[in-house]
Parts: sequence; C-alpha cells; structure tokens
Amino acid sequence: MVFENTSEVIRCETILKKGDWRIRVMGPPPEIRTGCDLVIEFPLIEELEILRALETENIFPLKVVPVSGPLLEPVNIFFTKDYGQFLMVRAANMKITVDKTSMTVVNISGGGCPDVPYLAGEMIGKPLDEAPAPRSIGHTLCGYALQLAYEEMIRKCSQ
Amino acid sequence: MFAIVGTVPNENFPLTCGPVTLSGRKLIIENQTVDINRGTPALLATAVQVCEFFDAQPPVAYLIGDIGRGAGSRKLYAYLEKTLPGREYDGLTFHYIQPDVDWHNRVLFAVSEMSERPVLIADAGFMYAAKMSGQADAYDVFTPDIGELAFLADESAPHPFYTRGFIFHEENRVSELIAKAYQYSNAARYLLVKGEQDILADATGILKIVSEPMIPSLEAIGGTGDIITGLVAALTGMGKDVQAACIYSSIISRMVGEMAEPDPGTQVIDIIKQIPESLKRFYSENHLNL
Repeated sequence: MVFENTSEVIRCETILKKGDWRIRVMGPPPEIRTGCDLVIEFPLIEELEILRALETENIFPLKVVPVSGPLLEPVNIFFTKDYGQFLMVRAANMKITVDKTSMTVVNISGGGCPDVPYLAGEMIGKPLDEAPAPRSIGHTLCGYALQLAYEEMIRKCSQ
Repeated sequence: MFAIVGTVPNENFPLTCGPVTLSGRKLIIENQTVDINRGTPALLATAVQVCEFFDAQPPVAYLIGDIGRGAGSRKLYAYLEKTLPGREYDGLTFHYIQPDVDWHNRVLFAVSEMSERPVLIADAGFMYAAKMSGQADAYDVFTPDIGELAFLADESAPHPFYTRGFIFHEENRVSELIAKAYQYSNAARYLLVKGEQDILADATGILKIVSEPMIPSLEAIGGTGDIITGLVAALTGMGKDVQAACIYSSIISRMVGEMAEPDPGTQVIDIIKQIPESLKRFYSENHLNL
C-alpha cells in the first residue's frame, strides 16, 4: 500500500499492528519511488479486510501495488558511543544523545529531511520518557530513523 | 554572490528570497526573522559571518517553512525551477528539503539554463535526491557524514534509511565506501566526509585527511555539519578554489569547535558564535588571504 506521506504510513502501521495484521513497513519498489517514502507490505489475500479497517479510521492508500521481488528493508543496525555522562545512539543517518544523569535528551544530529530540526526543537531539553516519540510528530524517513534510534536509546537506558 | 536553499521548521514561514544578515541570535531575511539552530539556519549563520569577516556581499537565501509534510519544499522547488534561469550566482548550495527526485531533476535543469554555471554544493535532503536521481556527478561538492557516505556507497538505497547492513559494517573502511560511491557514480566531484576525521576525496581517492584539533563531542551536536557546509558555501561563493575551500573549511570548523569547549549537550548556536574569532586565528596564523 502506497500513501501520500510517511505520517500516513505510520498511522496505518499503528492501526494494523493493533489489529494483529501481518504487515511490514518497507521501502517501495523502484518503479514507484519518489525519494522519501515507505510502503506497507501485506498479504494480498487480506486486501479487502485491511482496506475496510483503514477506511473506518479515515485512511485511504493512494494505491495498492502487487510486488513479486523483495522490498528494501529499513535499517536495523545501531551504533552507540558512550561519552561518560552522555550516551549517543545512531540509526542510519540519525543520532540522539541523552544525558545519563538526568535522562534528558540533549541533542539530535544528522538527517536531511525537513522534520529533523522540528523534531529536535520538540524533543531537546525533555526527559526521554516525556519527550514526544518521533513517530508521533515526524513525517519522513529521517523521522522514522530517529524513532528507531530513540527506541534503541530507551532499551539501552533501561538495561 | 552565492545563494543557499533550504527550509526552516515552522510551517507558517512563507517562501522568502533575499540577502541575509545577522542580528544577535537571529537571522534577518526580507522582513522575516529566523532563530539560529540546527539545519539551514546554522548553515546560513555560518556563511553570513564568513561574508562579514571578509566584508563581502551576504548570501542570498531561498527559505520556506516545512516540518516534513513536504508542501513547503514543493513550493520552494517550483520557485527555483521558475526563477533560477534568470539569476547569476557564483555558488549555489542546496540543503534541508524534502527529497523528491522529479523536483530535483527540474531544478537541476533550471540550473543548466543559468548563464554561468555556479559551483554546486548539496547536503542533507537535496543530496539524497541528487544521489537517487543518478545525477550526483553534476555537483561539485557533497558533504555527507559517515552514515550518509554509507548511503552514497550503497547503489540500491534510495535514502539513508534503507542502507544495507553489510555496507554499515564497512564503516571503518571509509576509503572503500568512497570508492564505491564513485564506482556507481553516486558522488559529486568532491566528497567532504564529515566525522571524527574529515576526509576530502575525489574519484582518484582520498586527497586530504583533517583530524586536528580532535573534538569527539562535536559528532553528537546537531548542526556542526551545517557549519562545515556553510564554510564551504561561503568560501567557494567568494571565489576560493573548491578543493582548498573544503580543506580550509574543515580546519576552521574544528577550530570553531575547539574554541567553544563543547560537551555532547552543547547547542550549535554556542559554537557558531566562535566563527569570527576562529577565522581571524586561522587566517592570521597561516598568513593567508581569502
């Protein structure tokens, strides 16, 4: 399923995962890529039911495209740098840094999509558990990458 | 004269084009003010200070508000397509913008219709679109960080978010990533890779490594890469040779970082304000002119 923007993909993912649908967030096939996009991969046989579930939430995919080859997968490797008082986690091109003593987000770095400065403005200075999750206010793949770094940071900080 | 294209994180910020000046911790463009923070405002603030230092004309900014929904970016792309053929710039730097291959191609075509081809620099979202378009070699400089270099080296990734894992494992082999980026024509004439060491390369390989002064905290601070790109934009826009401008920019940005005595929680505005003093030190210590 292809959507207008990444925020709609994220909304769709949230709804369908709550309903236990077998879906994955993936990269679009080459013929429909525009530059900053995600798609939802789902079993074609469940198309009608899934579209009905989304319709009740006022979400309408731009199109549904059958794919036969493998789709690109989101990044799943994280790099961590420990500065002593501060911890930085990087996912793809996005970095988040937290002050370990106060558990406050102190910096967000990297990225190239326009929601990165916006996300930084909304998250920096807030405790990790009170800062808005990037997926709740971000709109792009950089926002999604920051979400992955943010989740990894929470995991590291709760160990 | 040179121009800088990008976005600011405020949806209500209108499409604005004009020379930029600094007033305290804000940028002034036409009748608009912009807070100096990570992203295009950090790049602009850097470039403005370089121009002030050399008593040169300030950069022209093309700015619009966008928080990632893309509407502002598309309006900016359309304005560039319409107006660039009639403009004359020595340098043109493209920065934070929603990556869109079709719009990128239209803007690049508009650049080709300018009477003189400017030095073309791309970073952030515009660099992603340039790589995906297959026209990376139309640019003079890309300024990726290490994660973005891995993306340039991965011939199948349309965005850093999809860089394949085995490429990331080559992070400590930067020269191989650079070679791959050139092998698949996914690099500009020069790559200035920003990181613990700044590495300048072209299709023949690594040209220069700048690693001193070493300030590890800078990697965590959002906007420090924008300072380097702003320095390159300003120096090339004032006529400096591209290769020398990249090397100077890397050294000056490290001096700026050192003078700010940062930790990973420092904000970029507190680093940017060290730029005039760093320029003074760099040019006087090295007995250089522009």
